[in-house]
Formats: sequence, structure tokens, C-alpha cells
Amino acid sequence: MLSVQQVTGGYAGAPVVKNISFEVKKGELFGILGPNGSGKTTILKMLSGILPHKSGDIVIKGKTLSKYTPKELAKIIAVLPQHSSQAFSYTVKETVSLGRYAHQKGWFQSWSNKDEEAVNRVMEQTGISQFQDDDIQQLSGGERQRVFLAQALAQEPEILLLDEPTNHLDLSYQKELLDLLSVWSKDCGLTVISIFHDLNLAGLYCDRLLLLENGEVNIDHVPNEVLKEGRIREVYRTKIEKLPHPRVPAPQMVLVPERAQAKSRQLKRIDQDSFEIREGLIILRSPFPLKTMSSGVTGSGTGWNRIFLNRHVSKNYDCSDHRAEMAEFVQEIGFEPGETVGMMTAVYVEDHSSKFFEEETFSVYVVVTAGVGNAVDASKSEEHSYHLTPGTINTWIFVNGNLTEEAFIQCIMTATEAKTRALYDQKVKDTVTGTIATGTSTDSILIAATQKGENLEYAGTITPLGKVIGKGVYECTVEAIKNSQRRIKK
Amino acid sequence: MQKQYIRTYLNNKFLAYITAAAFLLCAALLGISIGTVSVSPITIIKVIAAELLPFISLENTDTMHSNIIMNIRLPRVLLAGLVGASLAIAGAAFQGLLRNPLADPYTIGVSSGASLGAVLTLFLGLSIPFAGMFTLPLFSILFSFLTIFAVLLFARNIERSMKVETIILTGIIFSSFLGALISLMIALTGEELRQIIGWLLGSVSMRGWAYIKIIIPFFGIGAILLLVNSKELNAMSFGEEKAQHIGVDVQKRKMMILIAGSILTGAAVAVSGTIGFVGLVIPHLTRLLWGPDHRHLLPLSILMGAGFLIIADLVSRTIIAPTELPIGVITAIIGAPAFAFILMKRRTERSG
Repeated sequence: MLSVQQVTGGYAGAPVVKNISFEVKKGELFGILGPNGSGKTTILKMLSGILPHKSGDIVIKGKTLSKYTPKELAKIIAVLPQHSSQAFSYTVKETVSLGRYAHQKGWFQSWSNKDEEAVNRVMEQTGISQFQDDDIQQLSGGERQRVFLAQALAQEPEILLLDEPTNHLDLSYQKELLDLLSVWSKDCGLTVISIFHDLNLAGLYCDRLLLLENGEVNIDHVPNEVLKEGRIREVYRTKIEKLPHPRVPAPQMVLVPERAQAKSRQLKRIDQDSFEIREGLIILRSPFPLKTMSSGVTGSGTGWNRIFLNRHVSKNYDCSDHRAEMAEFVQEIGFEPGETVGMMTAVYVEDHSSKFFEEETFSVYVVVTAGVGNAVDASKSEEHSYHLTPGTINTWIFVNGNLTEEAFIQCIMTATEAKTRALYDQKVKDTVTGTIATGTSTDSILIAATQKGENLEYAGTITPLGKVIGKGVYECTVEAIKNSQRRIKK
Repeated sequence: MQKQYIRTYLNNKFLAYITAAAFLLCAALLGISIGTVSVSPITIIKVIAAELLPFISLENTDTMHSNIIMNIRLPRVLLAGLVGASLAIAGAAFQGLLRNPLADPYTIGVSSGASLGAVLTLFLGLSIPFAGMFTLPLFSILFSFLTIFAVLLFARNIERSMKVETIILTGIIFSSFLGALISLMIALTGEELRQIIGWLLGSVSMRGWAYIKIIIPFFGIGAILLLVNSKELNAMSFGEEKAQHIGVDVQKRKMMILIAGSILTGAAVAVSGTIGFVGLVIPHLTRLLWGPDHRHLLPLSILMGAGFLIIADLVSRTIIAPTELPIGVITAIIGAPAFAFILMKRRTERSG
């Protein structure tokens, strides 16, 4: 469809783009990325024929760009620039109608039914029909951008060039515009070439990305290859991290602000001072958000949370909608469910066990509540019937250190192994199978880290962190089991 | 629903042409009718009809009336109309091309260029062989064309985006410079002094039919060139890049428009001297009344500009009769405040 071959050029003086080559296939949504001044807009201007190139070739549909007359080119390529100037107060429809210029023939260039249809259709598609008689100077930035998009579409182009199309749009219109572009490229075979500032939007919508650096191609590949942490950091010279998108298989980049690192060591650590027991409730309040991975009733999964609750509920607790009920409860006692990890237990929370472990470069605080009423041997759990009851061994591990993603997962493994060993040593039996239990049917775990101070890359059983967790969880679980068994005996 | 809309739209435009044409007709009739000797409109129509259609006899009309109409008033009104029309359509085109509601032949210095060309012709007593009486307008046109190029080149060198204010400032610089050259020639001149001064003041009086013959071909060519480019002007008022994206051959069309504008300005200046602000006020008013679409803006500007200059001429010769004021004084008295008003409106629009 479009092929750029070793193109060099720019404004007078030094060339802005140097020896650039790439190809775009029909129906592709092709993104151009790069820091400011890397030559994105220059390339787009060359493609649209505004700026001549010094050397190399631009071939569109098998014909060199310079061989097209402006009218011929306008029937193939339409452009939506970043800024459109409007000196006079044309109406929306007059503005959109201008897009038909290239399609009108003859001396009088009369307005045909086909022109009228095309204009009405694109106004419908871009949702501007209702203000077609309004003055464009009175529209908002987003509405005006859509008017000029309609104007470009009225050209009925095969290739649409866009220069940061989402620049003036609020979130919902950004998504709407890109969804539309994506549909048009997939269903109608429209080829879209667009400059993006927002790497995440580009990663979400583009089929392929071209990353420019100082006027040269850094890489031309699929988003997952282009949007690599190291590459983006190097090209953009800034600190970012890459995350998976929660819903679609597209990479997302997030900025890391500098100040998060700056105050690191002055802040308080998490220990028994933050811990508090109330009637039927244990709370740990952190002065700052902790990165968490948990299986709580609220705040589960990974996230950042400040409040940690473990709440006693009776054995007959109605579990039909425990999430909503828990959120309501959190709100009632004056906390924000959005920053709270909440767990439930049928055990009396006064029987909890907690221990603080101080190591040289990091420290760990462990809190466990344990009841073994419905203990289960995991290897034989198929003999159990499934029903949700409030968890009975809830393990909290707070780490004053900086954990990697894998350390979080290893923490969970280490803690689970330690818990199982504690149950084994306490000879807790699965009442159904009669074998030694490995846990209870609804155990819950929380790993929370301050993400400041020492970098702790791993938490396997023989790593420094793993050793503390194994020991801590084992000791606390044993003590908590003993506490609750003592209460039952009484 | 759609049809209804189109019909009212057409009716609006139709009404616009009727209104503008009526305004021009009234202005022309008033211009011919009022003076030291009043002539009734009915007589005017009769005389003109008799002149055009020989089979109508002039039994009841005074020969003095028909003399006044045919030899003094009608040529004067026609000339005023043609000059007004030329300046207005040239102004409308410059405004569209430069995306600048403050542009007109006078504010961007083209009129001064044309004046310099004309004064130079008079000063040196130039005469191109075969061109005869067209020597003066040809030199005016050539100089207006050179001036607009110089102004645009200069403005672009100052600032690539060619902001409204930059172009106006450049125009003022050029006007002053060219004005100084004209003054220099006046100072050096001997016998042609009266001719030059009289011409410079700007007037449509006592020019007779000869001047109408001079301006008509240039007006025809310039106006047709612009009318043919009205769609391109619409596109270019969104910026030259945008126009190119839409499919306009910008370089070619821009050149056509600049040449046409120079022809119109040069010819108008050649026959009447520098008359400012017509090209500014009339397109602006027309745009305000009937929208910015150049397909209608240009023809409507012709009608309105002609009518306006006829009225201005009428005022200039009657307001303190028997003394006649230069017509440029009247247009400037109306035009300069309008210029200020447009500038202020643009400022508040931009900041608000």
C-alpha cells in the first residue's frame, strides 16, 4: 500500500529524518512513536506530500508520490493534522463538504448527490450531524477535531494520516476515536498511519509500531516487541515500567515519578506499633500504602493498600454476598474499601499470634489467626463437598523491604509450606479422611511490602527473606493453633 | 427535512443577492440623481434606456438632463462602482488566502505599490508602444504584483507561520517606504506635479468614459480569475497545508489568486488613485451578513463594494458642496474605525 524507501530529508539545513524505510500494508493500523524532535511529524508531512524529501522514495499504491497530482493524492490520502486553523466562521457542514473537493469534476465542480451522501454519512459516523449548521469557531476542541476528522473521511481516502489524533480529546472521545479507527481499518480496509504520544494507546490499538530516535528508525515491529522497558527507557530517557493490560493482551507502560524514591528511608516501618485489636477485629493501619498480594475478601489480587482487617464472624455467617457485606462493614467502621484488605475468620481474633523479626537490612512482621475446625488434607480434598465458610487460618506477612513480583509469589509458597508443616507438627487431622491436614478449606494469605529500602529479589525457602518468613509463619501458626485449641478446651 | 433545509438555504442566498443588487441599484440611481442639478430617477431610467435601445424616443426629456447623465454622472458612478467592486473582491480574496480578516490591498501595501508604479509612469512620462493608454494601469499592476510578493516574502522571513499581525506590520513598513519614494519623486518633479498630486488624492471625478474603458478589461479578467478559484479560497482559508491535503494545487492556485488580486488593485489604483479600506470593510461586512463561503462572498462583495463606493463618492461631493472632498477621505473615515473594531473583536475572541 505504502512503502518508504531510504528517505532522508527535512527542512532547510540538517536533515530531520535520515535513511528511513518502512512499509505499511492495506488495512493496517500503523503507529509512529518517538520522543519530541525525533522526526515523527516530518515523516507524516513527507507522506502527505507537503514536504519534499531529499533522497529516497515514497511509493503509494505502486506509484511514486511525486507523480501524483494533488487531486489524485487527495483521493488516496487524507490527513488529520494536530492543529487546524480556522480564520472564518464556516458552518460544520461547509467545513466537511470541503473534503469533497478532489471528487468534484468539471469546470463548475457541481455538487452531486454522491457528494451529499458522503458528507452526511461521515457526519453521522463521527457524531457531528446534530450540529452541522453550527459555527466551527464556537465548538469545543474535541468537537472541532471530529469535524476535521469528518472532513478527512469525506475525501473517502484509502490511507488516513493522523498527527496525535487524541491530543485535544478527553478520555471517552480518545477511546471512541481509536475504536472507530480500529473498526474502519479492520472492516473497511482503511489504512491508518498515526503519530502517538501516548505509548499505551499505541500499544492497545496499533498492529505495528515504528519507533523513531533522532530521525532514525529504532525498531519497526509489533507493539510487544517495540514497547520493551529497556528500549523505551533508552529512547525516551525516562523511568518507566511495563505492565500487562488487565483485559487485553497489550503491553502498558507506566511512568515512575522520581519523588517516590527520594524520601524512602525516612518513613516509618511496619511493626506491632501499627497493630490494634478491637472487639472482634484486628486492624493494622499503615501510614502509607503498601504493595499487596492477597486473597482477602476485599482488596484481593495485587494492589496498593493502607488498611488491613481481620474480622471475626460467627460460624453461621451468611456467605451469599460476602464481598458487598464486607465492603459495607469496612465503610461502617470508617475506612475506605478501595484501600483496605479485609479478611474474615470464625476464630476469635484475640487468639491471634504475631511476631516481629528484625534482620540486618530488612524486617518482617507476621500475624496469624488459626482455627482448625474444617481442616483439610489438600491431597485428598476431592472427598470434601464444596461450600464457602469464613477462612480459618489467615496469614499476614508485612515486609519492610522492596520486593519483586517473583518474591511476592515465593513469599506465598514459603508461607504455605511453613503453615502446612505447622499443622503437621500439631497433628491437625482432616476429619473426613482421617489423614493429617495441610490447611483449612478457606485459608487466606496477605503479603504486604513497603517497597522501600533493601531490594529483595527472591523469597524462596533458603533466601534471607524466605528463612524469616518460614520461621515466622511456622511459629505464629503453631502458637495461634494452640491459642484457639486452648479456648475450645475451656 | 433535508429538502426543506436546502430550500431555505438557497432562499437565503437568493435573498442575499437580491438585497445586494438592490443596494447597488439604489446607490447608482442616487449617485446619478443627486448633484447641483437634481435629476429624477424616472428621467435617468428613460435616458439610459434610450441610449441602450435606440427605438425609444426622448420626446419629453431635457437635453441638458441627458447630457448631465450620459457625460458626467453616469461615467462617474460607473467608475466608482467598478473601482469599489475591484477593491472589494480583491480584499475578499486576500483575506481568504492569507486567512486574515484584516488584509486588504491598502493595509498590506499593494495599493502603495500600484501608486508607485503609476507615479513612476507619470514622472518619467513612460509610454509602452502599442499599449497606449494602458501603460499606466499595466505599470500599476506590475508594481502591485511585485509589492505583494515582496511583502509575503519579507513576512515569511520574519516568521514562518505568517501571523496576521506580521503581515499587517510588513504592509505598513512597505507602505511607508513606497510612500517615501513617491514623495521623493514629487519633490523632484517639475511640471507633472499637479497631475501626480491630483491623481494621488484619489478621485473618480471628471475621468470620463476613457477611464472606464481602461478598467473594464482588467476588472473582467481579475474577477473571473477569482470567481473560478472561490472553492480553492474556501480550502485555503483553512491553511495552505490543509488545502493541499484536500487536493488543491496550492502553488498554482495561490499564484492565480495573487495575480488576480494585483490586477484588480493595480487597475483600480491606476484609474482612481489610492482609495483605502474598501477592500477591508466590504468583505468583512458581507461575511458577517451572509457567511464566509467564497462562492457567494466574492460576487456579493462585488455588488456591495460597488454600491458602497458610489455612496462614498456621492457623500464626498455633496457633504460640503460645492467643495469636493477626496473620496479616499470618506472611505478612510468609515474604514479606519471599522479596522480598529475588527482588530479589537479578534483580540477579545482570542483571549476569551
